[in-house]
This record gives sequence, C-alpha cells and structure tokens, in this order.
Amino acid sequence: MKDKNYVHPYIPNSVPEVKAEMLKQIGVESIEELYSDIPEDLRYRKKMNIPEALPSELSLKQHMDKILSENKSVRDYTSFLGGGVADHFVPAICDEINGRSEFLTAYAGEAYEDQGRFQALYEYQSLMGELLDFDVVNVPTYDWSQATSTSVRMAQRITKRDEILVSELIAPDRLSAIYNYCRSAMSIKIVKHDRETGLLDLNDLKSKLNPNIAGIYFENPSYVGIIESQAQKISDLIHDAGGICVVGTDPIGLGVLKPPSQYGADIACGDIQTLGNHLHYGGCLGGFISSRDEEKYVMEYPSRLFGITKTAVEGEWGFDDVAYDRTSFGVREKGKEFIGTANALYGITSAVYLSLLGPDGIKDLGQHLIQKSLYAKKILGNIKGISIKFSSTSFKEFTVDFSNSGLSVEEINAKLLDRGIFGGHNLGAGIDWLKNCALYCFTEMTSKDQIDQLGVALSEILDK
Amino acid sequence: MENKYKKLRNFHQAKWDEEIIFELHNPGEKGLVVGQVEKGISDTIGSGIESIPESMVRTEKPKLPEVGQMRVLKHFLRLSQQNLGADFNIDIGQGTCTIKYNPKINESFVRTPKIADMHPLQPEETAQGTLKILYEMEKIFKEISGLDRFSFQPSSGSHAILNMASIVRKYHEVRGEGDQRDEIITTIFSHPSDAAAAAVLGFKIITIYQEEDGLPSPEALKNAVSERTAALFITNPEDTGIFNQYIKQFTKIVHDAGGLCGYDQANANGILGITRAKEAGFDMCFFNLHKTFSGPHGSGGPAAGAIGVTKKLEDFLAVPVVGKNDKGYFLNYNLKHTIGKTRLFYGAIPVIVRAYAWIRSLGTEGLEEVARIAVLNNNYLLSKITKIKGAASPYTAGKHRIEQVRYTWDQLYQETGVGTHDVTLRMADFGFHLWSSHHPFIVPEPFTIEPTEAYSKEELDEYIEGLQRVSDEAYSNPEIVKTAPHRSVVHKIDHSVSDDPEKWAITWRSYLKKHNPSN
Repeated sequence: MKDKNYVHPYIPNSVPEVKAEMLKQIGVESIEELYSDIPEDLRYRKKMNIPEALPSELSLKQHMDKILSENKSVRDYTSFLGGGVADHFVPAICDEINGRSEFLTAYAGEAYEDQGRFQALYEYQSLMGELLDFDVVNVPTYDWSQATSTSVRMAQRITKRDEILVSELIAPDRLSAIYNYCRSAMSIKIVKHDRETGLLDLNDLKSKLNPNIAGIYFENPSYVGIIESQAQKISDLIHDAGGICVVGTDPIGLGVLKPPSQYGADIACGDIQTLGNHLHYGGCLGGFISSRDEEKYVMEYPSRLFGITKTAVEGEWGFDDVAYDRTSFGVREKGKEFIGTANALYGITSAVYLSLLGPDGIKDLGQHLIQKSLYAKKILGNIKGISIKFSSTSFKEFTVDFSNSGLSVEEINAKLLDRGIFGGHNLGAGIDWLKNCALYCFTEMTSKDQIDQLGVALSEILDK
Repeated sequence: MENKYKKLRNFHQAKWDEEIIFELHNPGEKGLVVGQVEKGISDTIGSGIESIPESMVRTEKPKLPEVGQMRVLKHFLRLSQQNLGADFNIDIGQGTCTIKYNPKINESFVRTPKIADMHPLQPEETAQGTLKILYEMEKIFKEISGLDRFSFQPSSGSHAILNMASIVRKYHEVRGEGDQRDEIITTIFSHPSDAAAAAVLGFKIITIYQEEDGLPSPEALKNAVSERTAALFITNPEDTGIFNQYIKQFTKIVHDAGGLCGYDQANANGILGITRAKEAGFDMCFFNLHKTFSGPHGSGGPAAGAIGVTKKLEDFLAVPVVGKNDKGYFLNYNLKHTIGKTRLFYGAIPVIVRAYAWIRSLGTEGLEEVARIAVLNNNYLLSKITKIKGAASPYTAGKHRIEQVRYTWDQLYQETGVGTHDVTLRMADFGFHLWSSHHPFIVPEPFTIEPTEAYSKEELDEYIEGLQRVSDEAYSNPEIVKTAPHRSVVHKIDHSVSDDPEKWAITWRSYLKKHNPSN
C-alpha cells in the first residue's frame, strides 16, 4: 500500500480517478477535510503497528494455513470430550445451507426481501417445538449459559420473586455466567446432589423451599451425564411452592428421553451445537429457550420470536415479529433484558438437521448414543483402578473416578495424549468434590474400536 | 421513464411459493439414515433403552416431518433464494450495521477441520493455532484502540456492553462504592443495548438527548453526573454519523465524578487509525468483529465483540484471556477481580478467525484506507441523497459526517403521505434493502445509510437512483409505493395477529391449534 495508487481488492473506490470524481461531487479537496469535525487532539497521527498486509489471497492463505497447521482437531485425535458440546455428525446439507451466500451474508432485512430467513427461523422454532413438546421457542441466543440466565430472569419476572435454586451439578462456567447475569437482581442458592446416585437431593431441595423462590434450574441429563429420574417430583415440589421449573437439556437426547415439558418443566433451555453444528473450539453455540404459549411467558422473552401470518395475497405465507414491543429494540432499557445480533445461522442449520433426521432419525440417534455409552461404561468399569462414579443411569456421557488408580486425571490425560487420545474432561478442576474424576463422552462419531482402544490404553496406563 | 433510471434493474426476487417444512411431510420418507452401533455393542448391550428409568422414556415420537433428502435440500435452497444477502445486493441500507464484503477465502479457513472440529476442552498444546490468532488479535486491537488488554469472548456488541457493565459493577464494588454508584449514563443516539444491557445488571439508566447540533452537550452531561454515576456508555460516532467533538470533555466530566467511561465503537468503520478510544480518555471500549471487521452477519449472528480495557481494569475482564510463555500460548484464568464467565468457553471462534484474516489482508495502510473510503462513500451519498426531493439530513447542515447518516423522509411524508416504512418496502422491488432506524424515532421518518468501503461508485449510484425513483413515485403515484412490495418474495404482511395472544403462532403446532379450520 506504499504505492499511492494501490487498490486493494476489497476497496474499489480507491481508484484515484473515482476518488477524485467523488471528492468533486462532495465539494472538498481531500478526504482529510471530511474529518474536520474530529478535534486535532483526538487525531491519531502515528501509524498503527499491525503486521504487514497480505493483500495477495495466496499469501494470506499460506499464512493462515501455517497457523492452522498448529491445531490438532478431533479428526487427528480420538476425542472423548463432552461437557455441553460434543463431536456429533454434521450432515453435508447442513454445511451446504449455512454456507449459502444468501443466508451467510444477510443480516436484518425485512420479512419481504429476507422472507427466507424469517421462514427458516420460524421452521427452526417449530421443529424445536416438536422436539421439546412446547409451543414457543426463541430465535437462538448466544449459548446455553445465556439461555439459562435469561430463563432464570424470566422466572423472576413472572413470579415477581427474587430467589433461584440452582443444581450444583451444572457446568461451573455456566454457573459463573448465571451468577454474573443474575446476582444484582436475585439471590442464588445451590441445591446439593446425592453423592452416591448423583440425583438431586430432594431433602436438601425441600429444606430450601420458601415463599420467595422464583423457581429452580437443574439439568437433565446433568453436567456429569446422569438422567434425573426424579424430575417430575422436583417440578411438583417447585410448583407447590409457587415457583417455576426451568430445565436445561441437550436436545440430541430427546428422541428417547422425555422432554422437560413432559415432567413439569415450565421453561426448557439448552444448546443447539449438537444439532448439526460443528465444534469450533466452543465457538459455535446457540441457546434455545422454550415454553408453553402463555402470554405471561411469551411477553417475558427478550429474544426475537417469529410468527406465521397471512399477506395481502390469498394463500401466501408471511412472517412477522411477535410482540416486538417487549424487546429492547422497541423500548431500550424498558424492554425485556436486551436483544441484538444473536445466533440465527446456527438456528437455520439446526432446522436443516432436524428436517433431515425426522422422528425416526432422532430416536435412532438417541438409542445409538445410549448404547455406545453403556458399552463404554462396561469396558471402562472393568479396568482396575477405575470406578464408575454415580449409580444412576447416564445418557451419552458418564463420570469416571480414578481415585483408586494412584494417578491424577492430568497425569492420565497426558499419557492418553501420547497415544493420540483426548481423555475425558477433568471435572475436579471445576467441582471440588469430583477430584480425580473425568467426564467421558461417546457419540455416533466414536467407534467400538476406539472405545476398545481407550480401554486398552487406560489398562496399560493404570497398570504400572 | 425508463431512461431516467437507467441504472435501476428490472429486478424480480425469486419466489417459490415454498411450503412450510411440515407440509412436505410424507410418512416413511427419510432425510438421513443414522447408522446402527456395531454388532459387538448391540450384542453386549441390547437396545439400551431399557436402561432408561421408565419415567424418563419418551413414549411418543416427536412430530418432526418425514421428508426425503433431496426435498429437504431443495426446500432450504429455495428459502435461501428468498433471502437477499450482501453478496447479492448493494447492502448499504442497514446503517449502524456495517455490512461489507465478507471475503470467500476467509470462509474457507473456518470450514476446515483445523478450525471447525476442535473441542474447547482439548489440551492447550493441541490448539496453538487458534490461541495464536487470539493472541495476535489482542496485539492488533491494542493498536486500533490504544487500550491495554483485550478479550474476544463477548458474543455480540450487546453482549460486549453487558461485559462492560459487569466490569463497571465489579470495579465499584472492589472500591467499596458498589451500592452507591448505580447509574449509567448514555445518549439517545447510542445503540439501544447501551441502555438495555446495562439495565439488566440493575443500573438505573440516564439518557441524554441531543441538542440542536445533533450532539449531547457537555452541560447536559454535567447535570447528569453525580456521586451515583457508575459509568458513561456512549457510541461515537453516534448513530447519526456525527462525530461527538466534545468526547474528551465527556470522559473528563465522568472521571471527575468518579465514574468509568465505556466507548461503544460499533460505528468505528470510518475512524480506524484516525482517532482512538485511548486519546478520547476511555477506560473501556468494544468493537463488533461481525461488522467493522467483516465477519458475515449470518442472517442475524453469530457475532463477536472485542472488548478492550486500560491497565487499571485488566484484572476485571472475563476469563480466560490468552497468555504466552516459553511453552507456547495458554488460557489464563488468573485475573484477580475477574467478572467470571459471561459465555461458555472462549468466544465465537469462526467470527474471530475471519476478522483476523480480514485484518491481515489489509494491514495498517489498508485499515486506514477502509476508514477513508467509507467516509468518502458516505459523504458522496450525503451530497446526492439530500438533493432527492423529500429527503434531508437533520443536524449540522452543510457539515460532513463520518461513516453513516441518519436521514429523514419527513418532508416526503408531509407532502405525499408516503413514510419511511413505505419507502423501505418499495426499495425491495428494485433488489435493495432499506431499513428505517432504531427506536425511538427522534428523527422523524428516519432511514440510515452506511455505505462502508466495499461498494463501488457505480453501485452507490444505482442505490441513489432507487431512492430517487421511489421519491418520484411518492409524488406522482403514491399508491404504488404504499402497496409495495410488488416484486419481492411476498406481499404486504398482515400484522394484526402478531400482538394478539389468541392469534400469534410462534410454532407450526401452535398455528395448527389456533388457525387450522380442520381443528
């Protein structure tokens, strides 16, 4: 760019003749004049120290390829990592659709020239509604933690009560985000789980019920993989206390597991990464929030909600924002929380995914996942030095306890890494009483051979 | 007639009259086969379903549609054709949103397994490429803003504002003034989220309105600050496209009152390398990577915010930040006063990687050229659009603007009855997108144009011609504007159901319950 006449491919009007013509039209001599409203003491007269430009697309590609070659993916290693996001199969059509220029590069067009995204997101809401057995679903927000935080604040506004009970077996990062989002307006009380079964401790729950509770938030399956069989009892207790039951769930299990709506949840939330979206190092998330179609619930969503309607032409579907005036777009700080750019593209992708899987596919997949993890549980459970933590049934991931192995999870994972394996996530890093425990996750991407190889590897590592 | 608008296209958008996906349901069809587990597993385990506690087994299958694979593909491809993306149109009509070119090469980077198939909990030593990009991005943004520490965790601009507000709260708590400092001041031409996201954390919002010159005055700010002031959150240039020349006074007034200053740099496209947060006296700022830094907008996300702070606030950022030691790059959770987590994991990685590639293609001079040409394009449009009958640019008549202008169709509305919403719908007939503006409409019948650096003069001229034509029509044949669109995907939408709980239908199942005559 040292050459004054250099034109970057992304900036067409740098062409000197064009620039001159435009300046003439404006009636100024130079672009510098256009900045005359910026006081001189605010002008930055130095040069930003940014690495040299790579205007050649080939040079840029070579530069990026070099950096990216320093990454190892879950294709290079065998991964047993879960914890809220997991390596599930992404059908080719999901990537085809979310790579389409029309969806990828659109933003906030009206429901006319951008009718496509309105319909696609309406269908996303509708497909998720079937999976969740609820009549209202939002356009996806940032991630599961935001979906939960908002669900909790919705419960607060609906009940006009300020205390929320939260299960201790949720992801520590999610708890931290909920705390940040809610603490100024609410008090957060932690509910314990039974150390043996991993289920929510109902006695502890009962002891914490009081007339000021807005409700409870727990996850099913829980962060450590357990299916909460007492879910209906929990909902009943909360409802008896006048609270709202908010349940977080991984939607990929809902072909075989009851959706939260069927055991008393008033609001369900979670993440759609598992439904057709890649991992992206945790950068490809989308939070769903879902409920019954009651005005007092709908009016508390901060998110966009697209509805179906008619147009001036008979037989034509139209789409529209439902109850737009509740949003901060409409009334700034008087709106429900806030709204801006969310995660629409991942919602569209999940719509494609659920359309492809259909009712049988989502059921078959749920069964597949539970079979895989049961098999893995059997293999790992037979290894000396390993015990399976928690006696309750798990879904696609479960907690492995290495306390009797004499090795720490870090040590074990380092040795697994040498063998090309990403071992389970170290739960003790975030939850004190799960020291020496790791969370192992199994998906349709995990083969029997890989599970067997994990068994062999762990046997070798622990048999010192 | 035709000659007068020789740049305008005889456009018609694709209209497939496409069904709702549920209407394509044909029992037995399959979009995808989910493979069965290996025989060795099923022989050992059985179906696995019986292991689920009976009370937790789903008994009725979800009523998802059954549709063959090609038809699913066709369905969503048709919907995509019923959507205008920036790759197709001259996308300058969504002012404040900085819609520019999203290079295809950048898309190729984020769609490789080396980015797409990385688990966030895998060992840091296996994620050195991504961590290096985060580390390098921090260095770049320190240059762009002059501030000292950056995090790329915010999930959007609004979320970056939430992060700023979280830091403000924690900062005053640590200093023992948490209960006292409960007010955040913003301006009416700052983004709605500057008010709304701060209010979520319990802050009382004070909004300063503009004076006759379109800017909030230092006097108004002086009247607003007190010992309760926690912070000022302000967009500059404001959404009018006017640069607030008092900005340094503003930060001084707030600092003198004991508050912090957060710079909303959502409108930074015209000031890259020209003026920075540091020199204006800010403690914090944020940029939108999906806007200024060319992440595609994804039909409404994913997005990413880059939040920067000065040294005194670096320990308050959300964890983790990225560090570097002799073993390489690592995730650093060790920040003394951290606000904790505000999203899961480390940020919207694909958006961040695309932004990094975009910046690297341009370099220092390129980023400055982005700013200069964005401002050139904007003022070129300003000089032309204000000559269109019925259109005007309120405030600071005859002066220049930075990267966008908030215009008004007030005169058009007064004289023809055609308002901004009508114009936006008629523009769709020529393949354009035009947006009104954020509420409240302080500028009557507003529209906001932000041309960025990406569109050629020819394209800008085409867009201007579109506005000219709609204005002409408003004066000669207003009906055609008021009944628009005519050549878009659908016709005038019936809004009567959307605020009616008895009639709104947010899912297909809800529609069937409320509207299906066979029910």
